Amino acid sequence: MMNITGRFGSFVPMLQSVKRVVPTAAKDLLPHTAPGCIRLAHTDLKVPDFTDYRRPEVIDPTKSSQDSSEGRRTFSYLVTGATTVIGVYAAKTVVTQFVSSMSASADVLAVSKIEVKLTDIPEGKNVTFKWRGKPLFVRHRTEKEIAAEESVNLSELRDPEHDKDRVQNPKWVVVLGVCTHLGCVPISNAGDFGGYYCPCHGSHYDASGRIRKGPAPLNLEVPFYEFTEDDVIIVG
Amino acid sequence: MANLRKTHPLLKIANDALVDLPTPSNISLWWNFGSLLGLCLISQIVTGLFLAMHYTSDIATAFSSVTHICRDVNYGWLIRNMHANGASFFFICIYLHIARGLYYGSYLYKETWNIGVMLLVLVMATAFVGYVLPWGQMSFWGATVITNLLSAVPYVGTDLVQWIWGGFSVDNATLNRFFTFHFLLPFMVLAATLVHLLFLHETGSNNPAGLNSDVDKISFHPYFSFKDLLGFAALMLSLVALALFLPYLLGDPDNFTPANPLDTPTHIKPEWYFLFAYAILRSIPNKLGGVLALLSAILVLARVPFLHTSKHRGLTFRPLTQALFWLLVADVMILTWIGGMPAEPPYIIVGQLASIAYFSIFLVLMPSAGYIENSMLEWECKG
Repeated sequence: MMNITGRFGSFVPMLQSVKRVVPTAAKDLLPHTAPGCIRLAHTDLKVPDFTDYRRPEVIDPTKSSQDSSEGRRTFSYLVTGATTVIGVYAAKTVVTQFVSSMSASADVLAVSKIEVKLTDIPEGKNVTFKWRGKPLFVRHRTEKEIAAEESVNLSELRDPEHDKDRVQNPKWVVVLGVCTHLGCVPISNAGDFGGYYCPCHGSHYDASGRIRKGPAPLNLEVPFYEFTEDDVIIVG
Repeated sequence: MANLRKTHPLLKIANDALVDLPTPSNISLWWNFGSLLGLCLISQIVTGLFLAMHYTSDIATAFSSVTHICRDVNYGWLIRNMHANGASFFFICIYLHIARGLYYGSYLYKETWNIGVMLLVLVMATAFVGYVLPWGQMSFWGATVITNLLSAVPYVGTDLVQWIWGGFSVDNATLNRFFTFHFLLPFMVLAATLVHLLFLHETGSNNPAGLNSDVDKISFHPYFSFKDLLGFAALMLSLVALALFLPYLLGDPDNFTPANPLDTPTHIKPEWYFLFAYAILRSIPNKLGGVLALLSAILVLARVPFLHTSKHRGLTFRPLTQALFWLLVADVMILTWIGGMPAEPPYIIVGQLASIAYFSIFLVLMPSAGYIENSMLEWECKG
């Protein structure tokens, strides 16, 4: 805000075109053309009367404006505040829309779930599906394998998890085929523990997908899945 | 203590352009289009960047990638609509900005004006290559028709066209390089815009009276910062309304059909903002002549400062030239209409007459009217 008194007469034309009138001796030297306004350029022009646009409380220049100042200020601040709120909301909406355009699109979400018919998988076999761009192992375990995995002592495991906590139906193991060491795809029905073997750095997993030997720190990840029927699961 | 805003090396650049910039107090709404063009550019760059995250420029997948954006990508439909309609708004603003320059004699700031002509060419080039990217029928055939114009260049024409194509027709190589150009050119537009403003700020803005306004300048902020903000709100409201309610109003239905090099649409025409130039191109029966007329239609703007004959800067007090200005506006609208029509009678003759009028107004009529108005300024003292 540039508020200048009438004493700075020579500099005033460079600054605001509307000045506050300060009672000084110089006041009378400066042309008045409308209440509350001094014109310093184009002084031959008549400044229009803006009464129609002014607030009723401040039209009369002889009345103090202090009484109405709080009300006027409150209104202005309310309008500014409301505009700010709307503006911030609009900005947030725009940013959210742009940012979310980078999230998974509908076609990616559409293949984010797969349905697997388990009866197609023979006993003792492991089938690999593509799920979310990664291999998914679905293994049909034999009774012998189930018994062996359930009897494993948890203290022997690097990442202790009981077999019961890794399966919903013991006959079916559903795990991500991504080695927890550095992400290679393990080979099924290989390794020293009757499960999986990762050829990259020699990690051995058992028939429950638990790490038993080698550098991998964790068991193979069990994704979210649910049985929609006895022989059908939906993964994801 | 000196104000940091005025002394900090970075802040003072922004300050001198957007806060303390001395601005004529009487500039009207026609002076809003400069900042609106800046807004359009930023909007197109931002929406374009997000589209580029999902678009693929191979001919096998380009069309379907646009479909993917509209159907699968979160808010992709909105970003795509904003970008497509934003291009139209860019041209609305640029044509009104140029019209302001012509009417008020702003072209007398020659450096600013010449950079402006360059900007127009750059923006037209950007829009042209951008329209090819969806790889619809109109994208393909518009690219084919316009790039074929280069074969009119004597001796090297055919080689030049095949060099631009990267092959023997508009194909995969063409689409890939057009995507590259479409990505690159806006940043050249941005750089040229900064140079445009650099020269403008050497002189300060013109004003509707066409007179020196040094005695009555006001600070850019808050007067014109808020006025520009109001303009931004008006533009964004219109753009969003168009994108949400009538997204394909300015588009061509043929572009919903994937490009087929073996099937030419019945009526090939560019987007509305190129139609006037297209009409001028088609009005000359000779191929090279048509190409030269097309180029001249844009580049005649560079001659305008040298065709200024009046003692007045703008048209505010020049009734004859005002009439010619509005005749030019009407003529461009007629040319736009003709450009969208098939090349058949009676449109051919109308287009030819309108093209003659276009060049006559710029090169002959307006300069002559300037001379006449100058002589009308001399008063005879009646004794």
